[in-house]
Amino acid sequence: MRSLTNLNVASFEEAASAAQQARQLGQSVAFSGGGTDLLQQIKDGTDNADVVINLRSVPDGRAIETNGNGVSIGGLVTLTELSEDPLVNASMSAIAQAAVSVGTPQIRNVGTLAGNVTQRPWCWYYRNGFNCFKAGGEECFSLDGENGQHAIFGGGPSFIVHPSDVAPALVAFDAIFQVTGPNGDREVSAEDFFVLPITDPVRENSLRENELLTGVVIPNLSANTVSTYYKVMDREAWTHAEIGVATVIQRDGNVAQSAKVVLTGVAPIPWRVQAVEDFLAGKQISAAVAREAGEIGIRDAQPLTKNAHKLPMTSAAIETAVLSLAAG
Amino acid sequence: MRDKKKQGNKLVNKKDPAVKYVEPAAQGLNSKEQSRRDFLEGSGAAAVAGAGISAFGIPGANAQSSSAVATTVINVVVNGTQHSLEVEDRWTLADMLRDQLDLTGTKIGCNRSECGACTVLMDEQPVYACSQLAVWADGADIQTVEGLAQNGELTPVQRAFVINNGPQCGFCTPGQLMTATALLSSNPSPTAKEVKDAMVGNLCRCSNYNSIVEAIVMAGEEGGLA
Repeated sequence: MRSLTNLNVASFEEAASAAQQARQLGQSVAFSGGGTDLLQQIKDGTDNADVVINLRSVPDGRAIETNGNGVSIGGLVTLTELSEDPLVNASMSAIAQAAVSVGTPQIRNVGTLAGNVTQRPWCWYYRNGFNCFKAGGEECFSLDGENGQHAIFGGGPSFIVHPSDVAPALVAFDAIFQVTGPNGDREVSAEDFFVLPITDPVRENSLRENELLTGVVIPNLSANTVSTYYKVMDREAWTHAEIGVATVIQRDGNVAQSAKVVLTGVAPIPWRVQAVEDFLAGKQISAAVAREAGEIGIRDAQPLTKNAHKLPMTSAAIETAVLSLAAG
Repeated sequence: MRDKKKQGNKLVNKKDPAVKYVEPAAQGLNSKEQSRRDFLEGSGAAAVAGAGISAFGIPGANAQSSSAVATTVINVVVNGTQHSLEVEDRWTLADMLRDQLDLTGTKIGCNRSECGACTVLMDEQPVYACSQLAVWADGADIQTVEGLAQNGELTPVQRAFVINNGPQCGFCTPGQLMTATALLSSNPSPTAKEVKDAMVGNLCRCSNYNSIVEAIVMAGEEGGLA
């Protein structure tokens, strides 16, 4: 592997200021939680970090706890911990289901919530070193190329899909993203955290240079909240979602009082399908309603030349997710 | 390791003063006890030193390059033994285990966290040693496949692999065994479905999955190995 310097830090604040200092010295910097994907990118040359800031030495950001505002989940909570946490399983099962659907046990044992949410795209052009938008270049090679796994919503000028399973679940729960930078902390809404390529074709989120995601807060949930994450893959395990659906419903009897439906694997950011949410509000959850929700879910889709298979897949996934939340 | 092999193919200069060349006779090449691995490592080390590459040796030894390489001293327990090691920051845990501690049971397959051949237990949890920096293991308890059998006595899951022909070519077996060992620690009698869920991160290019699952289920069944 290329030469690099590992820097252990004791806090998120120290991580941010260390990153700033290293960049001022002309070094490229990467934060590392679990580090699995980062090391792949360094070996592949798609990340050229000179300095790796190791967050394992940070004691904060490892708890899942309830406070007055809701449930706070530290950014360094591992995906294994997230998937096994009793509180998360009891009241936010979509998050637990999403976490356990990521990669493999080896990845989940070290991979963190923050790392999963901020991982770089898995577009094969970007990952294979093409000088695309995501690598700082001026084009998206998928547009006229192999775009079978690219965006059907929200694409342009880059057509990557957001790879995180956990992120759509966080968005569906209206998570507040907590960010630390050299100039202090700030909070970002789920809607504002992720950024479409039309706004910034290089980055997938609104983290500024030297900032890092330190945790999320899930606002208080009403007692009648139910949720699920349904993931479709092109094999049984160990890959990203062709389509993933996080659905959160406030359910009275079998009536969906309100709903959030957020997709992954089909758009450059976790993709809210508000038309489906509006349709579901006030409806009895039935097979017919779920099927119609699925049909509505792809109305605004704009497939590329080779990814039209994602449309029926998305419909079916929304249908399955919604129906699985029917009472009884 | 990849780099070392490439360099080794490029240059073997026995006369370079930097080469710590050992006569084949002194290396015991004629001895029956000379293993294939000892031979490969011996010749590889000579070639590497000849090329002026110190990256994969003990840091500082034979260093001819002027560029400073970041190193860190870490304390790590491996298979119950405490080690204090100076590691290059860029070394992976797999590099360290294989090249510094000679624990070559940990295999490097894909070297990109996909295949699981490098799986070791870090604080009792399976991780990909190819995708952890050695410096991140500071303070950790690492268990490799060499730590399973004690005094020549195989563990139940190792015996079950033998009985069920778990290994075909065998390259993935150390990683399979480590993930299976962690599973059996937390779930002593897993079902086949639970085994499959736990083992998704360990690929077998021989595709011997059925035997591997059967072996792990057998290891977990009470009296399955009696």
